[in-house]
Amino acid sequence: MRFMMLMIPKGYEKAEPGTMPDAKAVAAMMEYNKSLQKAGVLLALDGLHPPSMGARVRFAAGKAKVTDGPFPEAKEVLGGYWMIQVKSRAEAIEWASRCPASSNEIIEIRQVQEFSDFPADVQQAAAGFPEMQAHSGNAGRS
Amino acid sequence: MTASDTHRAIDAVWRIESARLIAGLARIVRDVGVAEELAQDALVAALEQWPKSGVPDNPGAWLMGTAKHRAIDLLRRSKRLERKHEELGRELEAQQEMAVAELDAAIDDDVGDDLLRLMFTACHPILSTEARVALTLRLLGGLTTDEIARAFLVREQTVAQRIVRAKRTLAEEHVPFEIPRGAELAARLSSVLQVVYLIFNEGYSATAGDDWMRPGLCEDALRLGRILAELVPKEPEVHGLVALMEIQASRSGARIGPSGEPILLLDQDRTRWDHVLVRRGLAALERADELGGALGPYALQAAIAACHGRAPAPEETDWARIAGLYDALAQLTPSPIVELNRAVAFSMAFGPAAGLELVDALTSEPSLENYHLLPCVRGDLLAKLGRSDEARVEFERAAALTRNARERSLMLARALECTGGSPHLSSK
Repeated sequence: MRFMMLMIPKGYEKAEPGTMPDAKAVAAMMEYNKSLQKAGVLLALDGLHPPSMGARVRFAAGKAKVTDGPFPEAKEVLGGYWMIQVKSRAEAIEWASRCPASSNEIIEIRQVQEFSDFPADVQQAAAGFPEMQAHSGNAGRS
Repeated sequence: MTASDTHRAIDAVWRIESARLIAGLARIVRDVGVAEELAQDALVAALEQWPKSGVPDNPGAWLMGTAKHRAIDLLRRSKRLERKHEELGRELEAQQEMAVAELDAAIDDDVGDDLLRLMFTACHPILSTEARVALTLRLLGGLTTDEIARAFLVREQTVAQRIVRAKRTLAEEHVPFEIPRGAELAARLSSVLQVVYLIFNEGYSATAGDDWMRPGLCEDALRLGRILAELVPKEPEVHGLVALMEIQASRSGARIGPSGEPILLLDQDRTRWDHVLVRRGLAALERADELGGALGPYALQAAIAACHGRAPAPEETDWARIAGLYDALAQLTPSPIVELNRAVAFSMAFGPAAGLELVDALTSEPSLENYHLLPCVRGDLLAKLGRSDEARVEFERAAALTRNARERSLMLARALECTGGSPHLSSK
């Protein structure tokens, strides 16, 4: 099963455009990332620029309306994520607990929805194409 | 934290730490069986103590510390016994104390090499393939005997016996706990890769209704492959194998239909492919190429899978490239199955006649005598060439050979089409 470990750094909601983490924290984090990679559990990871460089698109009035960041109402914002593939929720928690995070940081763990998690009707609606009948004649393994 | 939370946490720590723990201990005691017992003892100690004391800050170090003490006790005990038997003098005793201290320091070194030694030992060619698979999942994958048994649809006792015998063989034959060097390395590495790919394929062949442990084997194999790629980053075939597994795994959500029926590659809904895994697979393949390994057997298979992975729609598949890759694969690892796939690629790239020529050469191949896909492919090519009567015979033959009911009805439907039962051919 796959999990997102969502990094929420308190204060990042107010960070100036171009704010970067300090080199020491990055070095410790790289070490951590390497441990995830060496254990064969890391699928993807990214850090995000602060919301002051982003925008929000709202749909309150039924159509898209854009607001540039920062967003005064936001109390918690994302700073980055890891996607990991592990055996259990407990394992994801264990990996998150090993992160060299600072006291203002929170990691939220969320399981990634797999297609097979959806009930049949949702699967049907989510399918890109109607189920095709096999043309056959292909020995290539599926 | 409740007791069951603690047990779940211990289970998670075990998943993460057990292989490193066993590997480090095997270096001290030079016996993977004893190392595993010591690691298990440490796990039992954790199960006793952590529910009361809480999970320690560094659970891996706690387990290693606990197991290490037991290992050193064991060493001292056996030395003492030895000493009694052989009446060794004081000088030797001092030497042994020093040896224990050195081992003590050694285990704190980087565990990467130990993990690699453990992989090579578990996949040692002295063991049967089944034993290698079971031992690898047990020692490196952190699976229990029961989990392995469920995954392979065999009795737990069978797996337990396999593991016990394998450990005994390793001890009796004095298989050294080491990384093979020189010419031996390539052969031994290929055994490790074979075991990992076997585990993957066992998971990949799982069908609906199987125990969930079975498809889980794909994830276990991928994890082992990714770990191995970190341990021997300069070996191109390791990256080739990882690429192959990542790309194949990317299709797992698309290859089985709502009622459990297999969906062939060209009929899959490509939006359901896991594109994170496709990207990872392509990146691993690139690494294999950069290391000069583009023509290794796993890299070639991965390159074929990558041609499909890169194509947004089946029509956009680069069949000429796939045909060329199958040419290379057929030279490197010739087999009737590779040849049949090569024929399909040729027919897609250069037309049905080109494919049929290759398929016809296979009809006298004894190992394909009862293989339903041969008449299935041949029938398809004949139908495309307008040779309906011959095609019908092939489809009927394929229907008789397949054990899958769904496939059988599909083949019979195609046979019927050949007799003019289909609206497409009714003008005939």
